[in-house]
Amino acid sequence: MLNRAAMRLLTAVPTLFVLVGLSFFLMHAAPGGPFDSERSLAPEIEARLAAQFHLDEPAWMQFGRYLGGLVQGDLGPSLQYESRSVASLIADGAPVSAAVGAAALLLALIGGVALGALAAMRRDGWLDRSVMVLALVGLSLPSYVVAPVLILVFALQLPWLPAGGWDGPASVLLPAVALALPQLAAIARLTRGALGEVLAAPWIRTARAKGLPERLIVFRHALKPALLPVVSWLGPAAAGLMTGSVVVEQVFGIPGIGRYFVQGALNRDYTLVLGVVLFYGALVIAFNFLVDLAYGALDPQARLE
Amino acid sequence: MAGRASGFGASNKRAGVLATLRAGLFALAALAGAAIAADPQTLVIGNGTEPESLDPQKATGVSAGNVLRDLYEGLTGVSPSGDIIPAAAASWQWQDDGRALRLSLRAGLRWSNGDPLTASDYAAGLRRLLDPATASGYAKLFAAIEHGSEVIAGRLPPSALGLHADDVGTLSIRLDRPMPNLLSLLAHPAASPIHPADLARPPKPDARIGNGAYRLTEWVLQSRIALARNPAYWNDRQTAIDRLIYLPTEDLNSELKRYRAGELDVTTSIPATQADWIRRTLGGELHVATYLGSYFYGLNLTRPPFAGNKPLRQALSLAIDRPVIATKVLHDLATPAWSYIPPGIRDYRPQVPEWAHWPRARREAEARRLYAAAGYSADKPVQVEIRYNTSDDHKRIAVVIAAMWKQVLGADVKLVNEEWKVFLRHRRERRDTQAFRNTWIADSDDAQGFAEILDSRHPRNDSGYADAGYDALLLEAAQASDPALRRAKLEAAERKMLDDAPILPIYFYASKHLVKPRVGGWQDNILDWHYSKDLRLSGR
Repeated sequence: MLNRAAMRLLTAVPTLFVLVGLSFFLMHAAPGGPFDSERSLAPEIEARLAAQFHLDEPAWMQFGRYLGGLVQGDLGPSLQYESRSVASLIADGAPVSAAVGAAALLLALIGGVALGALAAMRRDGWLDRSVMVLALVGLSLPSYVVAPVLILVFALQLPWLPAGGWDGPASVLLPAVALALPQLAAIARLTRGALGEVLAAPWIRTARAKGLPERLIVFRHALKPALLPVVSWLGPAAAGLMTGSVVVEQVFGIPGIGRYFVQGALNRDYTLVLGVVLFYGALVIAFNFLVDLAYGALDPQARLE
Repeated sequence: MAGRASGFGASNKRAGVLATLRAGLFALAALAGAAIAADPQTLVIGNGTEPESLDPQKATGVSAGNVLRDLYEGLTGVSPSGDIIPAAAASWQWQDDGRALRLSLRAGLRWSNGDPLTASDYAAGLRRLLDPATASGYAKLFAAIEHGSEVIAGRLPPSALGLHADDVGTLSIRLDRPMPNLLSLLAHPAASPIHPADLARPPKPDARIGNGAYRLTEWVLQSRIALARNPAYWNDRQTAIDRLIYLPTEDLNSELKRYRAGELDVTTSIPATQADWIRRTLGGELHVATYLGSYFYGLNLTRPPFAGNKPLRQALSLAIDRPVIATKVLHDLATPAWSYIPPGIRDYRPQVPEWAHWPRARREAEARRLYAAAGYSADKPVQVEIRYNTSDDHKRIAVVIAAMWKQVLGADVKLVNEEWKVFLRHRRERRDTQAFRNTWIADSDDAQGFAEILDSRHPRNDSGYADAGYDALLLEAAQASDPALRRAKLEAAERKMLDDAPILPIYFYASKHLVKPRVGGWQDNILDWHYSKDLRLSGR
C-alpha cells in the first residue's frame, strides 16, 4: 500500500509534464488564436499583441518559455483577461468551486451510502427498486436539465433560495445539489452492489448466526469492506467536483474555475487552459494518493501488499 | 425479526433527518431572503459576458462599455433618447471648415480621487488610444485625427497627434479629414481621459481612477462589479441611484429566472425561444428597439462559384424571403433587412432596393431568371456551402436559407458548422469559404462605420469585394465637409454595393431588455446606451 502511494508521488511529476505537454501542443494545433474576434484587429496591432505574449515564436520555444516559468511557479498572464495572471484567476475561483464541490461531495457520500445501504438491506423489495430507479434517473439527467428545474422549484415556485449568484451560504445549496445528484446516484449503486455481495458472504452468515442485530452487522462489519469500490470512485470524482462544472457555474452564475476549462479553450486562452489543466491534474493525483491511503485503512490485505 | 426492528429504527431516524433538513432549508431561506430583497437604492443590471478588461482604452465589447460609461465621462455624452449632448465639455465650436474642433470643458471638473481633471487628461487618453504600444482595438476609430494613421502605424510618436490642450479647460482637435461623427465618437468609452498616475504605472484591474458619475468599489471576476456614486462628479446631485451592481449573465435562461425572482432589475437580453411567453406575461417590461447591427451572409468573391458571377449572387439574394426569417426563426425580435445599413442611423436613409417591394412570386421569378442567366439550371444546379459558427440561431437561419435556395432555384446547398475561432480564421483567409454568416455592429451612430468594412483594404472585408467605384465614393464621402454631400456619396455607395451583391443582408439586430417597473428614466435608443446616472428607482 505504502509502495503504491510512494509510486504515485514519484510518477506525479512526469505525469504532469506529459499532461501539460500534450495540452500545450493540442491547444496550439487548433486553428485560430486568442486575438481573433468578430471585429478583427488591424494586422499591425495583432502582430504587436502576438509579440507581447511571444505568440510569434515557434511552438517549441513557447513551450520552453512556459516550462521555464512553471519551474519558478509562474503560470503566466491570462491572454483574455487584461492584466490578470492565471495564478490569480485560479486563486480567486478555486475556493468557490471547492466550497460547492465539497458540499456536493458530502451530500453525495452521505446520501449515496445511506440509500445504497438501505437498498442492499431490502434487496429486491419495493424500497430497493425505487432507490435503483431514482439512481438511474439521477445518473441519466444531465445537470443542464436538473439545474434549471431546481431554480424553477426552489427559487421561483417556492422563493426559498436565490436563483443564482454568489452571495452567502444559501448560494451553495442549489449548485451543490445539482452537482451531487449524479454522484449520489452512482455511489448509491456502487454501495448497493458491494454491500449486497458482502452481505451474502459466509462470515456475515456467521455473524447472523451469533445473533448480532442486523444494524450492527451492516454498519460495523459489512459496510467497511463494501466501501472499497466507493472509495476508489471517490478519488477522481472528488477532483472533478472540486474543480467545478461549466454548466452548473453558468446556470447559477457562480464564479468558480469550471468555466475556464471550456471558455479558456474556446477563447484560445492558452495559459489559462494550461493552468487549470495543471491544477486539475495535480488534484486528481492528490486525491488518488489519499484514496491509496484510505485503502490501507479499510482493507487489511492492501496494508500487507 | 431483527431486520424489521432495525428498519423501524431507520425510518424514525429518516424522519429526524428530514425534519433537520427542513429546518436548515428555512434557516437558509431566511439568510437568502435578506440578500434577494431589492434594495431601494441599488440597481442590479444583467451584463452578459464578463468584461475582459475595464481599461477604457483597451476594453472592447458591449459589457465592458456598459460599465465604462458609468465609470468615465467623455467630452460629449448621449442623452437617454440617443442624442449627442454636452458632458465634460460644456460647449464646442467647429473651425476651419470642419477640420478642427475646439471644446471648452466645464469649470472645476475632478477625478474620483479629488484631483483636478484637465483638458490634457483627455488628450492623454486619446494619445494612449492611438499609441501602438496600447494595441487598442478601437484605435482606428480616431485615425482621422491629424497624423492619426502615422501614429497607429508607428511612424510618428503619439505626441505628434493633432491634439492641443490650450489651457486647463480647452482642448483643440485638428483633423486630417472631416469627421462628422467625431462628436459622437468622443462619447465612446475609448475616448475617456486617463489619470496621470494610471498612465505612469498600470494599475490593478479594479483600481483605476475614473471621472464618471460612479466609481468602482468592487470587482469580483465572474461574480459582480459593484459601483457607488462618485461624490466628486460635477453633476452628482442629479444622480438618483446610490449603488449599481453589474452581474455577469452568460446564460440567458438563467438570467430570465433571476429577473423573475427579483434578483435583477434589467436584463442584458432575452432568450429568443421564450419571446412569446415573455410577451404574454411580462409584455409591459419588454423593451425591443432597433440596434446598430446588421446580420448578413458574405459571399467570397475571390473564388468560384461567386467570383465574377453577379447574376448568381443577385439570384441568391432575391430568393431569400427575409420576413419569414425575422418572424418564424427570430420570433419578431429582429427586422427583415433588404439593405445593409440599419434604419435609424443619423443622417442616413436606408437604401432599400426596388425589388424589396415586389410580391414574393415576382421576386422568385426574377431570381430564377438571373439563376439561368448565371448559367445554372435544374440539371446543372449550383453547389454552395453555407459556413456558420456554432449557435442555434445561426444554424436555424442557415437551414431556412438553404431550403429557400433549394426550393426557389434548385440549388444544391451544404451546411458547414465550425467552432468560433476556426470559423473566424477561415472567414478571414477567404480560402475555404463560399457563403458565410457575417455580422457588423458599429461603434457609433454613423453610416461610414458600416460602409467602410466593404472597402477593398479593410481587414474585415471578408467577401474580398474590391470595387474601385465603391472605394472612390467612400473616399469622397470621407473628404466631404458638407453633410448633405457626404450623405449622398454614402447612399450612392450602398446602392452600388447592394447591386453588386458581395453580401446578402438578412436582418437588423434589435436590443432586447426586460426592465422592472421600479426603474424609471429608461428610454430605448439605437446605440443601446443607458447611463445609470439618468435612471431612477421608485419604491416597490
